[in-house]
Amino acid sequence: MMNFNVNGKTHRVDVEPEMPLLWVLRDHLGLTGTKYGCGISACGSCVVLVDGEAVRSCGVRAGELAGKKIVTIEGLGQDGLHRIQQAWIDHEVPQCGYCQTGLIMSVAALLAKHPKPTDADIDRDITNLCRCGTYPRVRAAIHALAKG
Amino acid sequence: MTTARTTMKRRDFLKISATAAGALALEFCFPLAAARAAPQAGVTEVNAWILIHPDDRVVIRIARSEMGQGTLTALAQLVAEELDCDWAKVGAEFASPNEHFRRNRVWGSMSTGGSMGVRASQDYVRRAGASAREMLVGAAAQRWRVPAAECAADKGIVTHAPTGRKLRYGELAAEAAKIPAPKEVRLRDPKDWKIAGKSVRRLDIPDKVLGKPVFGVDVALPGMLHASIAQCPVFGGKLRGVDAKDALAMRGVKKVVQQEGFVAVIADSWWRADQALQKLDIEWDDAGNGRIGNAEITAMLREGLNAAGLPKARETGNVDRAFADAGQVARVIEAEYASPYLHHATLEPMTCTAWFKSDGSLEIWTSTQDGEAAMQAAAAASGLPLERIEVHKMMLGGGFGRRGFPQDFVGQGVAIAKAMPGVPVKLMWSREEDTRHGHYRPASIVRMKAGLDKQGRLVAMQTRVACPSILKALIPMAMRDGIDFTSVLGLADMPYTVPHQRVEYASRDGHVPVGFWRAPGQQNGFYRECFIDELAHAAGQDPLAYRLAMLAPGDKERLILEATAKAAGWGTPPPAGQHRGLAVMSGFGSFAAAVAEVSVSAAGALKVHRVVVGVDSGYVVNPDTCRAQAESNVAYGLGPVLYQEINIRNGRVVEANFNNFKLPTLAEMPKVETVLAPTGGFWGGHGEPAILPVAPAICNAVFAATGKRVRSLPLSHHDLRRPAPA
Repeated sequence: MMNFNVNGKTHRVDVEPEMPLLWVLRDHLGLTGTKYGCGISACGSCVVLVDGEAVRSCGVRAGELAGKKIVTIEGLGQDGLHRIQQAWIDHEVPQCGYCQTGLIMSVAALLAKHPKPTDADIDRDITNLCRCGTYPRVRAAIHALAKG
Repeated sequence: MTTARTTMKRRDFLKISATAAGALALEFCFPLAAARAAPQAGVTEVNAWILIHPDDRVVIRIARSEMGQGTLTALAQLVAEELDCDWAKVGAEFASPNEHFRRNRVWGSMSTGGSMGVRASQDYVRRAGASAREMLVGAAAQRWRVPAAECAADKGIVTHAPTGRKLRYGELAAEAAKIPAPKEVRLRDPKDWKIAGKSVRRLDIPDKVLGKPVFGVDVALPGMLHASIAQCPVFGGKLRGVDAKDALAMRGVKKVVQQEGFVAVIADSWWRADQALQKLDIEWDDAGNGRIGNAEITAMLREGLNAAGLPKARETGNVDRAFADAGQVARVIEAEYASPYLHHATLEPMTCTAWFKSDGSLEIWTSTQDGEAAMQAAAAASGLPLERIEVHKMMLGGGFGRRGFPQDFVGQGVAIAKAMPGVPVKLMWSREEDTRHGHYRPASIVRMKAGLDKQGRLVAMQTRVACPSILKALIPMAMRDGIDFTSVLGLADMPYTVPHQRVEYASRDGHVPVGFWRAPGQQNGFYRECFIDELAHAAGQDPLAYRLAMLAPGDKERLILEATAKAAGWGTPPPAGQHRGLAVMSGFGSFAAAVAEVSVSAAGALKVHRVVVGVDSGYVVNPDTCRAQAESNVAYGLGPVLYQEINIRNGRVVEANFNNFKLPTLAEMPKVETVLAPTGGFWGGHGEPAILPVAPAICNAVFAATGKRVRSLPLSHHDLRRPAPA
């Protein structure tokens, strides 16, 4: 049995230490807002925050997370909508929506480090893949957030 | 074979109640609409499309799928426009495929592809709204005992003008449902639209930013198991045998399912199933396809290009005489263009959850572009009659054509769950399976021969297309005299006024499965519009002027090309170091054009800075979602230009994941400006048309920048370096 601190709550789960965090979240904790896209940390659909850092949860093992605080899309806006989520609504960012939760979590980490990111900061840190091509709206929403 | 045939007795269809899981499909609804099969007390179905709650909430049923294009919202807008309800109180739910079957296909087509979601259903969904409005007005008139003509509806309230009395739709719905539907209804002129034609907010977005929508891969049912699949890596091959001893001993593993073309492991979590799958020792029979590679496929297509007696997709004027007559054709230009197979790469992999229930019914949860086709695939794989099957249409993590034809993942999901009667099993493909078992955009080669007169005008054109046929593989009845219209799109219907034209088509199919990849036939836009650019340069003319000279006044292509070129500043100097290219190409009911601005560094690095896309779809139901589709099409169209390709070696796909089948990133995304220029009088689509001119506009800009004519994609195979200045 292992303990996971997810969205402020401790969960006790019987999983093998090699199981990627993604599958602990999805199949054992029922937190399906975090998506599988590639399993090789290439697409970013599975991004969650681990101690505030954007982490691709398909690439981190359950056994590496003792004592770490994990935040998923379900826990981002503690009382309703997080400001990033509101900006996403304001800019009508999502299309199919599948990659958007990972994108939003990546942006949360970016803005925590760079409250006013430049285009170069965005290009460097937001490497999530979106097959629908919501990129122009992602960029516009981030810049709107930077303006406050 | 480990799958036991189910021995369910045929009995009358038992209405499948809305389980907790069944209601999952409705999660996106505002504000959590009633479960469709067991509506909340007091909810009235005014007609098949419209449910009204006592508190005036309106739930509009959507028969098409929502895969990101905003179809769900646009269709709801069209119904609400004619219904005259309060848009703030509108929600939506997917119509049930099973109910559709039992109600004699009351919702029309459920197929979502070809940019048809709105354009092919706009008429009947608007009629449904108008009809319900008349019934609601009629109910109010009855209650007040006044002529209906004295009553009018607006924002969900019927008012009796002479007395000022008012009744809400929620108060009238039950009585309205009893009034016979009017035989004739008048639809509102689009210029008077109040809800349609406006950029209302998409209904599905608030839930999508919270991670709430249940995509196919997110389905969770009590006691559900998970499956991972390995299909024969060589297309057309079969399973010879499998040693599953090690896999079966692994934690959580329940069963190994063997079928003709695949093996699947069922376990208590997907990761455990997938880990065990990788421990299987599988022997495949490659059906003799194991030596086929790119070279063999190219040779197959080339044989088609050179074959005699090919079916003609177009024959106008007298091509042979024109080319033989120096008085007509003063100069001949020939070129051959090519493009590779391409994968859809939906971010959500193929998935299907199936549950053979103890009452003899079968329930399916899947991300499908066609709920009816999914039901038929489930019937074929299960042997059950359609009335015993329900399909829950989940949110799609992208579709782009992959989830329409065929429903291969549904058949597999059913075959796998059949091995576990009474237990729901969710099949999800790994990314590698998804990449290697697609239904790819066909590779093709096209040879074009143009005859220019003394003034450089195009007077004769002969085109040969060698391309695997999508229709022959997936919808053979749609073939016409050996012609697959998707293979000759843009060539057989080229809009330019060229007196002598011939288009011949060689369908050369091979063993690689092909399918409808966003805007099927779009590679022809690259071929044709780059070739036309070559002719313009050969004639020493501006590429825009050259095209306009071949488009009649009032021609829709001409109008959208002019509007787009104007918005892009064609004819004015581009930003320093940048170069422009343009293209026009129509399809899917709409007319589209694009201007791209690119720069190419001395080292050969291409940057696409800006793409201006114009679309004339006749009418625009939601301008903002249409602009989003233009942006989407630029992103989707960029990958095949830059680096995307599916290569075949040893009968199988080389690429496996996003490390070698790359998708464009935010950093690579150009600025997109959309010109919506609807001219009215027809209904065109938006999911695909804007992609058609993207690749040729970029490649024509690359020529402007480098003087290098790109005749095959992707650009990663081309050296765009410029010689150092002397």
